[in-house]
Parts: sequence; structure tokens; C-alpha cells
Amino acid sequence: MNLDIFLQQLVNGASLGSMYALIAIGYTMVYGVLRLINFAHGDIMMVGAFLTFFGTSAGFPFELAVLLGIIGSAIIGILTDKIAYKPLRDAPKISLLITAIGISFFLENLFTVLFGSTPKAFKAPEYLTKIFHVGNIYLPISVIIIPTVTLAILAIVLWILYKTKYGMAIRALAFDIQTVKLMGIDADRIIMIVFIIGSALAAIGGVFYAVSYPSIDPLMGIIVGLKAFAAAVLGGIGSVGGAVVGGFILGFTEIFVVAMFPELGGYKDAFAFFFLILVLLFRPTGIMGQDLERGRF
Amino acid sequence: MKNLIRNIVLIVATLLFIFYAQKNFDSYTLSILNNIGIFAILALSYNLINGVAGQFSLEPNGFVAIGAYFTAIFLLPADAKVDMFALVDPAPIILQMKAQFIPAVLMGGIAASIIALLLSLPVFRVRGDYLAIVTLGFGFIIRIFAINNPAYTNGAMGLNDIPSNANFIWIGIFTLVTFIAMIHIIYSKYGRAMKSVRDDEDAATAMGINTFKMKTYAFMTSAFFEGIGGGLLASMLTTITPDQFSFLLTFQLLIIIVLGGLGSMSGALIATILVMGGMEWLRFLDDNIILFGVDFGAHPGTRMVVFSILLIIMMLFARKGILGDKELLAYFKKKSK
Amino acid sequence: MSNTILKIENVTMQFGGVTAIDNLSFEVQKGQIYGLIGPNGAGKTTIFNIITGNLFPTSGFVVFEENDITGTKPNRVVYKGIARTFQNIRLFKSMTVLENILIGCDAEANYSYLEAIFRLPRYFKREKEIKEKAYKLLDIFGITEFANTNATALSYGNQRKVEIARALATNPKLLLLDEPAAGMNSNETAELSNIIHKIKKDFNLTILLIEHDMKFVNAMCDKLTVLDYGANIFEGKPADAIVNEKVISAYLGDFSHA
Repeated sequence: MNLDIFLQQLVNGASLGSMYALIAIGYTMVYGVLRLINFAHGDIMMVGAFLTFFGTSAGFPFELAVLLGIIGSAIIGILTDKIAYKPLRDAPKISLLITAIGISFFLENLFTVLFGSTPKAFKAPEYLTKIFHVGNIYLPISVIIIPTVTLAILAIVLWILYKTKYGMAIRALAFDIQTVKLMGIDADRIIMIVFIIGSALAAIGGVFYAVSYPSIDPLMGIIVGLKAFAAAVLGGIGSVGGAVVGGFILGFTEIFVVAMFPELGGYKDAFAFFFLILVLLFRPTGIMGQDLERGRF
Repeated sequence: MKNLIRNIVLIVATLLFIFYAQKNFDSYTLSILNNIGIFAILALSYNLINGVAGQFSLEPNGFVAIGAYFTAIFLLPADAKVDMFALVDPAPIILQMKAQFIPAVLMGGIAASIIALLLSLPVFRVRGDYLAIVTLGFGFIIRIFAINNPAYTNGAMGLNDIPSNANFIWIGIFTLVTFIAMIHIIYSKYGRAMKSVRDDEDAATAMGINTFKMKTYAFMTSAFFEGIGGGLLASMLTTITPDQFSFLLTFQLLIIIVLGGLGSMSGALIATILVMGGMEWLRFLDDNIILFGVDFGAHPGTRMVVFSILLIIMMLFARKGILGDKELLAYFKKKSK
Repeated sequence: MSNTILKIENVTMQFGGVTAIDNLSFEVQKGQIYGLIGPNGAGKTTIFNIITGNLFPTSGFVVFEENDITGTKPNRVVYKGIARTFQNIRLFKSMTVLENILIGCDAEANYSYLEAIFRLPRYFKREKEIKEKAYKLLDIFGITEFANTNATALSYGNQRKVEIARALATNPKLLLLDEPAAGMNSNETAELSNIIHKIKKDFNLTILLIEHDMKFVNAMCDKLTVLDYGANIFEGKPADAIVNEKVISAYLGDFSHA
């Protein structure tokens, strides 16, 4: 592989990895505080993309539409928790998981009903779709913007987690929810914040996805969500930095393996699954994770 | 002794019904019964890993696909395969696989349970809720494998002209056998152990139960019968494609076992009939909806929106379903006290 | 052939920076009722978890019947002859009292999965055996009438009995009871005390007991160890423990340094 192609794949991988990372952060944070795999999270990404699409179709300027997408997704995230997860906080875990699947399926079908199942073309503004040619490399400007924005967001999230009171509460909640409640902290408020952050990030990921692959459909969240969760596990479930690391590893792997072995192209979507199995077999806590599941007696 | 007589009477009555139906009902009714039978087999098996062992899994569509493909390949004669495989020539082993109906169906089940064993090793060794995500991904992977290996599966074109040995007699008998097997498991030390793993895994371990083994047994058994259901499905439909075994199938089964009561086998049977009836009845939601004279147009997906909402409402307000985690006969016992 | 059934040898347990068990050693003789007491958080349940294999000690050994069983998996520890109850009663909530006890009996019910599915003769034989055993245990604890009642419907005291019966069903040589008298009134405590003495005699048990209720401990225990911050601050007879300075200050806190 010559340098040009290598660099090309590098930037493609960074862009794809960023999207996985943004969505993986939401999975890992919700799992951290609730020990729940929020199956609906991948669909939040779809919601963000579609709300933005709806905004631009309705004539709003792109930036406003994106804001609409982010706020709308955050609201759906909060509603999901309030309506479906919160009432089941003390119920057996399987009830929560089933409900999460229900919400996921609900969102997919709702948006199919609202927007139809055929893919929609996503119109991104000029400044996001400009393409540079650097030597032989095909460089859409999005491929630079997306990783940059993602890393900036990661820095913000880490700042929130480690430098603010709310962040400390989130980390404490992930460690021991009972004690946190006993200290008088409103656990539900903190959980709501986690859903806001996670959903907003997923929405941004959805917009990035829509800009990069300019068609969106109501089922787009499923596979991406699955892969993002695998990325979160790979990086270490419960660790935000791990989610990003896992996301980038998965993104690079998908791009590079297909570039080097085109005959494996059809299996691209299966890599995440194999990572998942490998992690569970050899290093269940992931690359950067701690053991969240040590039995409590 | 009383129980034995009651059970034998019930079994004989069921068998008589099955033979009578096959002989006398019209083909439309029989096709409905066949569908109910296969879904019942799937729901009963799904209930074991999810409801009895309490391990949330999304495996059915994957194992049904495996069973369907294995059975279809065993049932199809070699020259049919040579003609049918349009993209590439069938792999030699595919041409060699040939079996009678029942062995072919059983092979579907065995193949599925072997794969279940392989999945158990990474998933059950680790604490945490990874079974759901792994099985969800597994369903997608099966489709990817089927499409990308045309020498074995004929790729996206699928398999057709599958010999249709699956009539209501076979489907009915398999349903009965599945139900009996499940009941036998539940009312044994293995069923007790699975339930204890569901209720309190640490306490179960403290009582000497190898929880990994119990989860694996449950998972492999569920896979086995789901594979059989898939094999019967392939023979009934006579055509299978990779896209047929989507998450929708798993979702429908999930609704069924929740409605029937997680862990109740008789509940799963009742709920199968209710949900399949409901799915048919609500089909009109996916067509043109005319309310109060206003044509709202056709919005495919409305039916599943309603079902998703029903599932969520059930989880919030009626989590125990119709029969809770007990069998139908247990309620009659209580009344006679 | 020593008479020591359990030996805790220099066990230390550290979680990150916290030392939960500090170089703890004690010995339990066959047939004793041995107490493990100390203020909250002293590490009593932690040492139980180490004995049963739920935790692997940072250093030190658990020696049972002269065999090193340190780190044996919890479900295998049962087959070595150690059973336990939990501080917060962990019965199987979806099952009846009888079923809960049968789970304990299942440890010795040898029939295979296929024998269960195909209902081969060995299934019937073993099920009959363990059912008889379970009913015998129900009788001993006086709760036969609740056999087919859901376990959670019983009174707290009776639930505690079910839990002990369930542990007993696994044929242990050593029974670990974690605060068995917690939440009981004096009648129930007296009844429990009688039952424990009876099963110890009838089933040839050794009992290791965590408790707070000093009257109960006094009445029950032949010997005890007092834990404070994970360390052994006293080992001996209950009567001597009560008047021991270190023990008193551990329970009351040390006011002279306040």
C-alpha cells in the first residue's frame, strides 16, 4: 500500500472512528450509571439525523436544524429514561432490557411511519461538503472537521466528568448508586444529565454520519449502534476515554482491513462482533476498563 | 398416578386433534395452524433461556436461520442444488449433505445448539449483560455470512423448492414434543437450578450450582428447538432467503413470551395464539387508514409502532403477563385446595 | 488427625488502598460453635466470603480439614462440605419453600439433563429421595405447613429457618451463619438457638457464626474471635471477651483519643 492510499484510509478511518466514538460515549455512560445497555441509544443517533433533516427540509438554516436535532434527541433521551427506565429502577434487570428493546423498536417504526422507509438524501451545507485534493488524496473537509470536533467534545466531556460537581456525582453513581443516594444527591437528576450528554453526542454523531454518507433511513441506527456498543466494550465499558479509543480502533480496522483485503469487504460489519467476542474471551474489562461487575455481597 | 393419567389423556387428545385437523381442515386453516405451531415451538424455546433461566437474549432469529439453512440443504437433492446455485457452484460438501426429513430437521437443531455452545463460552464466563448484545449482533452476522458465502448458501438469492414434508402432523407433533421437553426440564433439578440462577445468581452459586453450566444448558436447549423450528419453517415455506430472518421475528417472540408470562410454557402457548391473531387483526394498520371519513394514507410500520407501545406498557404495568411464571395447571391446583 | 476443621492462616484482604482483613488467624475445632463478632465493618462477612471463595485473599490461606481450599470456586466449596447463609436472607423469590430446600438437596441428586428430559427411571428415583429429605428438613424446622407457599410470604423468622434448612440440605460439615438472629425478637431468637443446637448434634456439624446479639453469642458459642478493622483483637471464651479491654474499646470507640 503506498503512502497516498495509506493516508487516505487513515483520514477515512479517523472520520468513521469519530462517529463510533461519539455514540459509544453515550452507551458507556448510561451503562456506567445504570448498568443498562440502552438499546435505544443507536436509534437516538437516527433521531438526531432525522430531526436535522426535518429542520433543513422545513427551511431552517443548517446550524439551527442541527441544534434542533441535538435538543430533540436530548429530549427523547430524557423522556425514554423518565417514562420507561425510571419506573423500573428496582425491577429485575431483564425487565429494563426488554423495555429498552421496546423503545428501540418503537423509535425505528415511528420514524418509518413519519418519514417512510426509503433513504432520504441529506443536504449538508457547502462548507461541510467541500472536497480538497491533496496530491492523490481525496479529502472531504468533513473528514477533518469530524475528528477534530469529536476530540474537542471528548475534552469537554472529560472536563465535565473530572472538573465539575455533576461529573463527580456521575462517577460516584457509576461506582455505588446506593451510597450516592444516601448522601442526599438526587440520583435521578444526575441520570438525566447522563442521558442528555449521551443523547446529544449521539445526535451529533448522527449528523456527522448523515454528512459523510449523505443518505439517512430509519434503520440506520441499528447497525451503527451495535458497533458503537462493541467499541465501548472494546475500550472498556464504563470508561469514556475507552469508548473513544474503542471507537477509533473499530473505525480504523473497518477501513484498513477492507482496503488491504477487498475480498473481506462483505464482512465489514462483522468486525465489531468479532472484537466483542475477542474482548469477552481474553480481556472482558476492555482496554481501559475497570471491573464494574465485581459481585457485591 | 393421577397426574400420569391426566398427562396421557392430554397427549392423546392433542394427537387426535392433530391427525383430525390434518385430515379435515381446509388448507387455509391448516396454514394458520402450521404458522401457530412453528411460532409456538420458537416461543417455548425462547422462553427457556429468557424466562426460566432469566438470561436476556435476542437469539431466535439467528438460530432459526441456522436451522432453516441446514435443514434446507439436507433436504434438497444434489442436482437441484447444482441448478439452483446461480452465483457460484455449490461447495462439494453442500452436494453431499442429504438426509430424510426428520434427520434433516434434527440436524438443524444440532447445528444451532453447537453454535450456541460456542457463543456460551465467551459470554457466560463473564459477568454482565453481554448475552443480549452478542445475540443481537449474532443475528446480523448470520445474515452477512449467508450473503457472503454463496457456495454454501446461494448468497442473497436463497434456497427454493425445498421439499415440503412439513405438514401439520409433523409440526403439531414437534410442538407437542417441544412442550413436553420444556415441562420436563422445568420440573427437574435443572429447571430449579435455572430458576435459581434467574432469581439470585450468587445465592445459587452458594448452593453448589454451576451457573455457567446451567446458563449454557438453557441456551443450547433453546437453540436446539429454535433450530428445529427453523428447519420446519424452511420445509413449510419451501423458500428461504437471508433477509427473512430479521430482528422482527425475535421481537415478535419477545412480545409473546412477555405476554404469556416469562417462564410459563403454557402461557407462551396461549400468547402465541393471541399475538399471531393480533398481528393479523392489526394488519389493517399498515394499509390505508381511514378514520372518521379522513384518509390518513398508508403508513407501513404503524402496526409495529402499536406493538412496541403494547410491549412497553406491558413492561410498565403488567410485567408478569397472563400466567406469571407458573403453568396453567398450577392455578387449578390452588383452587382445589 | 487433628480436630481442627477450619484454619484461617494469616489472611489479609486488601481492596485498593483499604485493608479489610489484617493478618487474621484463628482455628475452629470440629463440633464447636465458633463466633465471629466485632463492630460493623470489621470484616466479618468479608472473611466469610473468603472462606466460601467469593473473594480471593491478598495473602494467607484457608485450610479446611487439613486441605488448602483458598480460592476454591464458591460452587465447589459446597461440595467440599461448607455451606452458608446470608446476612440479608437470600431465598429464591419465585420459588416455594419446598423448592428452595430442594435446591440445596439437588447437590446430591445425581441424574443427567437427558435423564430429566426423557424421564428415565433414575430421575424418579432421585426426585423421590430428595423430596423425602426435604420434607424431613421441613419437619425439623417446624415449617412443613409452608412447603408449597412462596418463600417470600413467610415471616422473617421463618424465612431465616428456610435459609438455614436450605444450607443444611447440602450436607455440609461446616455451616457458616451470617447474623442468623438479625431482626428477630427474643422468642424467635430462643427458638433459633434451640434449632441450631439440635441440628449441630443431629447432623454432626461445626458452626461458624457471625452475630451482634451478645446474649445470643454468649448462649451459643463455645469460643469466639473478635474482629476490629479486620484484625483479631481477641480469641477465647465469650465470658472473657465481654470484660476484655480491647474488645470494649473496639465496640465503644476509644473516647480517650477523641
